[in-house]
Amino acid sequence: MSDNTNRREAMAGMALGACAAVGGVYALAGMKSAWDPLPSVKAAGTTSVDLSTAEENVLYTEKWRGKPVFILKKTAGMLAKQSNNDKKRDLIINGSSYLVCVGLCTHLGCIPSYKAESEDFLCACHGATYDISAINTKAPAPLPMLIPPFKINGNTLILGEAGDEYNKMKEAGVLGKTPLDPKA
Amino acid sequence: MAHFDENAKPFSEQWLDDRLGVRTLKKVLAKEYWIPKDINFLWAMGMLLAITFGILIITGIILLMHYKPDTALAFDSVNYTIMQEVGFGWLFRHMHGVAASVVFLLIYIHMFTGIYYGSYKRGREMIWLSGMLLFVTFSAEAFSGYMLPWGQMSYWAGMVITNIFELGSLEFTGLVEWIRGDYVPGDAFLTRFFMLHVFLLPLAIIGIIVLHFGTLRIPHVNNQEGEEIDYNAEAEKYLAGDTAGSKVIRFEWDFLSKDIMVLGFFLIFFFYLVFFHYDFALDPVNFDPADGLKTPAHIYPEWYFLWSYEILRPFDKDIGLMAFGFAQGIFLALPFLDRSPNTKPAHKRGLFFIWFWVMVIDLIVLSVMGKVPPIEPFGSIGFYSAILFFVLWIALPIITMMEKKVK
Repeated sequence: MSDNTNRREAMAGMALGACAAVGGVYALAGMKSAWDPLPSVKAAGTTSVDLSTAEENVLYTEKWRGKPVFILKKTAGMLAKQSNNDKKRDLIINGSSYLVCVGLCTHLGCIPSYKAESEDFLCACHGATYDISAINTKAPAPLPMLIPPFKINGNTLILGEAGDEYNKMKEAGVLGKTPLDPKA
Repeated sequence: MAHFDENAKPFSEQWLDDRLGVRTLKKVLAKEYWIPKDINFLWAMGMLLAITFGILIITGIILLMHYKPDTALAFDSVNYTIMQEVGFGWLFRHMHGVAASVVFLLIYIHMFTGIYYGSYKRGREMIWLSGMLLFVTFSAEAFSGYMLPWGQMSYWAGMVITNIFELGSLEFTGLVEWIRGDYVPGDAFLTRFFMLHVFLLPLAIIGIIVLHFGTLRIPHVNNQEGEEIDYNAEAEKYLAGDTAGSKVIRFEWDFLSKDIMVLGFFLIFFFYLVFFHYDFALDPVNFDPADGLKTPAHIYPEWYFLWSYEILRPFDKDIGLMAFGFAQGIFLALPFLDRSPNTKPAHKRGLFFIWFWVMVIDLIVLSVMGKVPPIEPFGSIGFYSAILFFVLWIALPIITMMEKKVK
């Protein structure tokens, strides 16, 4: 075969390959979108919780975006033991301090259980523990449990909307590197 | 135009051979596909795996006709419709569940037979690599199938395993949500894992099985002594009538008849499990419907994933994930980490023999520790067994380099 024929075949091959590659990239992007969360899933809205009857040291679990959210009204004893850094994670609702966090272990997402006597959380899956501010105290959990976007309206807590208090926490860096997305 | 025999009756052997080359196919794939004589029952595992995969496909097709991939319907379609209403539905489900578990027992035996006899060494690397690829796709197939009954174990295994793709401190939460199609495992997740389980992964597995068979054809299957056989000379001897003097036998039916005997024993064991101990493949916790607001007190994977799960467990998240990734991938590198020139059974390779059995025992200990709750002393035993796993892999190139050439 002559050099000329080889060159022409290589040229035709490259042209075909380039066109196919462009089409392939668009096709892959389309297929990627087909796996994205649907708009109806993303719009699964906000959750409102009325805290007027909340009792101290009782763990309430609410569902937001399919995830459990822990709400715990802290006792005076708990507050006395907390450092200033811990207090930054508290939500002050109607004068009382609350722990509000997504109740999923930051290791691999199991739900830690709350023990009211020892006032801490234990994840049964891989043995991680958290203190009363949901800060990780034992491996393998790498981070405190996440604080969801919230807005406080009197005695009502709205999960999924970013209010002033939430934004302040975010600016103060309490929420970590990648805070949960409130837009949804 | 090729020559066609005018007198051949339609669909006779001659007629088919003219059109499809069936005689050549049969010769290359079966009648003159030579298998060494110096083998034992462990050489039958490949065929047992193929048959078990066949059982999974057939029972899977039956289940597929009644299963509903919808979070509202899935649990009842399995636990009520299939188990109570469908004729022999319980049997097909138990066969499917037990075969899914037993397939991993066979894979592990098949793998460790290969490791013991050095069947991944020079000339046979592609057999090992395609086999390990099958292990990975079978693992994905097992995991996706485990989601389908949509019980508590399905949901929480789905939660934990998809969270691995967050990759620790890299915090790829977007990737995790993309895989799930939701913030948590939900309807989108169940339906796409259903698609993976019944279509894409089986298709990939079938393709890789064909490749795996193909990789065997040129280097031929290994034998008990790792002897390099001159297949042309031995085949000639066999075809000349000296079947006793030849070191090889035909695949069909010399080797197959032995294979089928082992298959008989295996099927007795398999159906014993199906009828009397199906419960070992059905976790009782998975008979509670999925509940995103309640984690079961103690979760653990099926037995065949326990060792790698235990390697993940005792470490910090990032180190644990790296350890887990290492454990998943390192077996692929075996042909390149074993630096010894010997293709010999482990008992003729000195230190490697010890390495082999320490590895087997370590994997068993890890598996047991993966099943028990993460409390002392199990946590420490698991931790040191995980460390030993890494030490063994680091030691492998060193001890095999020290190995002397065995005649």
